[in-house]
Order: sequence, then structure tokens, then C-alpha cells
Amino acid sequence: MKRSDEPVYWLLFGAGGVMTAVLLPILVLITGILVPMSIISPEKLSYERVHAFATTWWGALILLATIALPIWHAMHRIYHGLHDVGVHTTRLHHYVCYGFAFLVSAAALTLLVQMF
Amino acid sequence: MADMIEIEILRYRPEEDNEPWLQTFQVPYRHEMSVLEALSYIKDELDSTVSFRWSCRMAICGSCGMMVNGVPKLGCKTFLRDYIPGKITLEPLRNFPIERDLVVDMSDFIEKLESIKPYIIPKEEKSVCEGEYIQTPAQLAKFRQFSMCINCGLCYSACPQYGLKKSFMGPAALALLYRYNADSRDGGQAARMKILNQEKGVWSCTFVGYCSEVCPKGVDPAAAIQLGKVESAKDYVIAMFKPEE
Amino acid sequence: MDHSQSKRKPFVRPVKKSWWLKDRFYILYMLREGTSLLVAIYAVILMVGLLRLSQGEVAFNGWLAALTHPLSILLHLAVLAACAFHAKTWFALAPKAMRIFKGDELIPEKPIIMAQYIGLAGASLVVLLFVLLA
Repeated sequence: MKRSDEPVYWLLFGAGGVMTAVLLPILVLITGILVPMSIISPEKLSYERVHAFATTWWGALILLATIALPIWHAMHRIYHGLHDVGVHTTRLHHYVCYGFAFLVSAAALTLLVQMF
Repeated sequence: MADMIEIEILRYRPEEDNEPWLQTFQVPYRHEMSVLEALSYIKDELDSTVSFRWSCRMAICGSCGMMVNGVPKLGCKTFLRDYIPGKITLEPLRNFPIERDLVVDMSDFIEKLESIKPYIIPKEEKSVCEGEYIQTPAQLAKFRQFSMCINCGLCYSACPQYGLKKSFMGPAALALLYRYNADSRDGGQAARMKILNQEKGVWSCTFVGYCSEVCPKGVDPAAAIQLGKVESAKDYVIAMFKPEE
Repeated sequence: MDHSQSKRKPFVRPVKKSWWLKDRFYILYMLREGTSLLVAIYAVILMVGLLRLSQGEVAFNGWLAALTHPLSILLHLAVLAACAFHAKTWFALAPKAMRIFKGDELIPEKPIIMAQYIGLAGASLVVLLFVLLA
């Protein structure tokens, strides 16, 4: 009986699910709605402030978690969703979905390390 | 003159039909009449060739599962009054091959139930004189709800993942597996975890949750499967640090 | 078993690609899974923001300016709705993956669900205060 590797993806999916439920709503509200509409002063998201935040170790960690975890969460659901809508999923679909999640999180990590 | 209710039945007679077809019956309606009683009326008074399974009439034998207006239900636990006014469409349980009329072939389901070693495997054999295997109420509470299954198969009809991929172990078998693994008297966890850890074990479940919704006994198989995923994930991490023996 | 005399001819009903459109429960399930598309888009938007941030002030201001486009605001409203629906379903299902006992009594789902909403409110408030005051 072959053991499935699913636990790895499921744990990332779970962590991302918590992140998406608890932190993403307020982040979307601030970055995508309140600041662009100037309900919160765009000064609050100015280059200096965000750059200063991203170059502290804890700020970088928070940014990495808010990008990487939701993308693993989302790509996990999209991969399984393909099966639900009648696509016969193969290893290729697996590599494309999780590969994309890996690329996005690796890019975020690289950028954060570069800026540090 | 009693009020009448229209009942449609998906008929399939393997010796004559190449595919199922709907037949309509008019049944005199009484307030306390169940779908199963309506079927008995049809068989006794209107068409004796209609086939369906039943036994206890009190939601414990698990024989009379069927689709009632597209929802998996026990015929004996579903009442005509809840569908008045309107007609009722009865179809055999979804996701199972139709054997005849409302009778489905459940052998795949039964084989899956049998495959998870659904019996207590004692940690060490005791002779009868050494007494019984003692269990506290707290230990019983860990699995009691998952032992209430009557093997009616409604959860398999509710599960789209089983419909899409028949190799999936499915809700009832995985709930039963969890029930034995969570039993303090049992020592068979290692063997059952191998079944659980597979792709076709807990990992084919996407937590649709409809299985728990339709379960007539409140077993909540979806919960058992999620708990199984947690156990499987722990087992995976432990296995990474422990060489395969 | 000898089936040569058997009249058995089990009929297998095919699963249509539209299976999930037949039932409200399945539609809500697909909607829940569908929130992932918008979540993925938002993660990519944040990643692009990070890229622009690393390229300097002009690039980052360009990213901020792009976010003020009405279509962007509309998209973020949709992302917000998706995250909210995801949160609601996530909180409702989470208690099933953790059975917590108090003695031999199972702790009911209600307080666990409530605790998660309190967590959401608390986390949102902390983030908001951090952005406004820090």
C-alpha cells in the first residue's frame, strides 16, 4: 500500500487556510480598497514605511507568510478542483499547480532576502 | 376519498430495459405515511413488479436507502407530508450500479467496509478467565458516535469524490476505520494506518461535508475523515524521522 | 458464481461534468473551492507589490497607482467577498478536525466557532491599528 505525499500539501493548505481566513480580509480591505480610495491616507503605505517594514526580520517573515501560505492554499484547492470539474488529473497538473505555488513563494523569499 | 400524491419511480428491469425510465403512480396520502409505506402500497395495489429493499421500518437495518427528490434518504424515515403539495421522485441510490428498480449493487461498499479490519484486534490476547477488556466512559466517548453506522450507504451517494473515483474508500468505511483506531481496547492501528495513508484513503476526500449532512444516524463521517487526515499527517512526519522497518 | 444463466445487467449511471449544478449543497461547495482563484490572484498581486518595492520608490508608487484603478478596486471587493466566504466556511468546518474533550464530554462546535470569529476580529484590529499608528 503506497503512502500518499498529500500530508505535505495538506499541512500547507491548512496553514494557508487559516491565514486566508484570519489575516487576508483586513489586508485586502486596507491595500486594495481603503488606501486606493484614500479612506486611509496613502501615506500609510508609502515606500519608506513599507520598505522599512519589509526589511525588519519580523516584517519580512510576516510578508513571506502572507504571500506564500495563501498561494499554497489556493493552488491546492485549484488542483483538486480540476478533478471536480471533470479533468482527469495527471502528474503534469500536479507539477503545474504546486510548481506555481513554489515559484511564487520562492520569488517572495528571494526578494525579501535581497532587500534585507 | 383520500387526497392523492404523485410518486415517480425510476424503473429498471434488466431483462427488458436497456436504460432506466420513470413511471408515475397515484398514491392515497395519509399524514403519517412514510415513503416506504407508499412503496408498499404501490407494490400491493398498483404494480407488483416494483422492486425495493426494506426490512425493519425503523431506521436501524439500513436497507431502504434511496434518492428522494435527489437527496439520499431512508424511505422509512422520510414522510410524504414533508413533500405536500408536490410530487415525489424516487430513484435508486446515486453512485451505485442499479440492479433492478430501486435496488442497487452495494458489493463495492461492503468490500470496502470489510477491508479496513472492522473488528477489535487486541493488543495482547487474554483468555476468558483473565476477564474482560475494561473501558472507561471517557475512552468510549472517543469513538462511540462513529460506531452508530447502519451501513445504509447514503453517505456514498452523497459523496461526489466516490462518484468521480470509485477506488476512494469512502465516508462510512473511513469512519469505521477511525472508530476502531480510536478504541482503547484495539491494537490494530499500525495495519489500519497503512490503508488510511493511501491516496484512496483519507486523501481523496476534499471535505465536501454532504456525507455528514445526509447521515440518518448522526455519525458525522466527514469529521472522522478529517481526524483521520490529522492522524495520517502525524504519521507522515513521524515516518520521515524513522527508517522504514 | 456461475452467471451464464443470470439476467443480471447492472446499469451504471454516468457522472456528468455538471454534477455540482444539481444541488445547492454542491454549489456552495464549489463556491467555497472557487474562492481559491481570487485568493491566488491576491497573493500574486502582493508578490508583484513586493517586486516593485525591491525595484525602488518609483516602481512601488506605480504599483500603488495601479491599485487605484476602478477595476482594481472592484477586483479587490470580489477578493474581499471571497475571503469572507472562505472564512465563514473555514470556521464552520474547523471544529470537525479537532475533537476536544472535557472529561468524557465532547466540547460543542459553537464556542469553537465563536472563538475563531473573535480571533478574526482581534487580528483585524491589530493590523488596522498597526497600519494607522505605527
